[in-house]
Amino acid sequence: MADLLRTPLYDLHLELGGKMVGFAGYDMPVQFAGIMSEHTHTRTKAGLFDVSHMGQVLLKGPSYQQIAEAFETLVPMDVLDLEEGRQRYGLFTNTQGGIEDDLMFANRGDHLFLVVNAACKAADIAHMKATLDPSISVEPVTDRALLALQGPAAEAVLSDLVPQVAEMRFMDVGVFDWSGCDLWVSRSGYTGEDGYEISAPAAQAEALARALLAHEDVEPIGLGARDSLRLEGGLCLYGHDIDQTTRPIEAGLGWAIQKTRRPGGARAGGFPGAQHVFSDMAGGPLRRRVGLRPEGRAPMREGVELYADAEGGQPIGQITSGGFGPTVGGPVAMGYVPVDLSDPGTRIYGELRGKRQPVIVAPLPFVAAGFKR
Amino acid sequence: MKYTEEHEWLLPEEDLIVVGITAHAAEQLGDVVFVELPEVGTEVSKDDEIVVIESVKAASDILAPLDGEIVEVNEALADNPGKVNEDPTGDAWFFKMKPSDLSPMDDYMDEAGYNDFIS
Repeated sequence: MADLLRTPLYDLHLELGGKMVGFAGYDMPVQFAGIMSEHTHTRTKAGLFDVSHMGQVLLKGPSYQQIAEAFETLVPMDVLDLEEGRQRYGLFTNTQGGIEDDLMFANRGDHLFLVVNAACKAADIAHMKATLDPSISVEPVTDRALLALQGPAAEAVLSDLVPQVAEMRFMDVGVFDWSGCDLWVSRSGYTGEDGYEISAPAAQAEALARALLAHEDVEPIGLGARDSLRLEGGLCLYGHDIDQTTRPIEAGLGWAIQKTRRPGGARAGGFPGAQHVFSDMAGGPLRRRVGLRPEGRAPMREGVELYADAEGGQPIGQITSGGFGPTVGGPVAMGYVPVDLSDPGTRIYGELRGKRQPVIVAPLPFVAAGFKR
Repeated sequence: MKYTEEHEWLLPEEDLIVVGITAHAAEQLGDVVFVELPEVGTEVSKDDEIVVIESVKAASDILAPLDGEIVEVNEALADNPGKVNEDPTGDAWFFKMKPSDLSPMDDYMDEAGYNDFIS
């Protein structure tokens, strides 16, 4: 096996007692104090996450308009009308309408800044280089770390260092000076809490992390709690809840496709697999991603088969993410079920260790988002 | 007290054996959120999977360390699985069994042996 890569915060993780695991080719902390306490700390105060394994990419070109038009050939999002200083959630689709990756993209005036999943970044970059107009340059950012500060105290903590961030709204982006280096800040994250993602030069990343951790409300958080937080937030994990075989509408991500790219819109279609996505919009998909609340205390994890009835029959779907939700105080999961069984309150069954246990279809998110709109 | 390579501790109590998991195992598991116990009266064979422990990270099993009958289970764990992290070698015992064959006990580790095993 190839050696695991290290982020600029690797030494700090070890110093803080992080339990390290391989994730998407990187040696990353899965936990520090413990998943449960880290999760709760993030929901009540503020947690600091190292997400430097994720891919940061700049798309440059002759003008924002030309970059946006080119990028719209790969994603079903409205890129052109995105205001400067704003960010959107996006999806790379394939010719079948399946999802190649999910990402964030931001209009930074004369260029686009993307954040893509770690496990997909090489493929995403190759895909963009191969398919975007040659006038657009695809520039992976390899000399910067990415930190996420998440939780209700995030604004107070970060604005101590960078006062301007207090004025940002959810999905705003900006470039700010801190101690002589430039921070690329967005008011976003993937925990369902208010917070920020902060791209910092690799050389200053540890100093920034230490400055944030110096605040009494901030604790370091590992990938374990990141997963339970995003699951309670009803947010998809690529490669689990969405992948090349799931399409945006069935994944419940239709909201991410703006009107202008939909049938009848000014720039309808023009992205890979548009006909399949539109067909799902018109006829409704056959299956849907839903929230699931297993009854009792036993968590149901990825791969658990779902059934319509307590006995007999074939599986109707599968759990794609699941575990214990520390804020919910019980097991939570997401999975795909046929549309006629997707209404909240529907009782289905999950098979756990050979026994079928009741599972109730539940609205997402499990924990209300704390975004500052 | 004896220890298995599955990180169980076995404490003889008159003609019974009390079974739990070690502090090392509890720490490795992380926060325990669910425990499924066998039914009292179940006849078990050595290495049967008889307890399910779910932590925030993963599910794991406890194996029967000996042949015998389950005579008592710690129902308190079903309502308060977090006890496994708080007091793994005390209050958070899992079950008591009446062994039909005690000979495997001789092969299990003593405390020094177990400490070597996990170091």
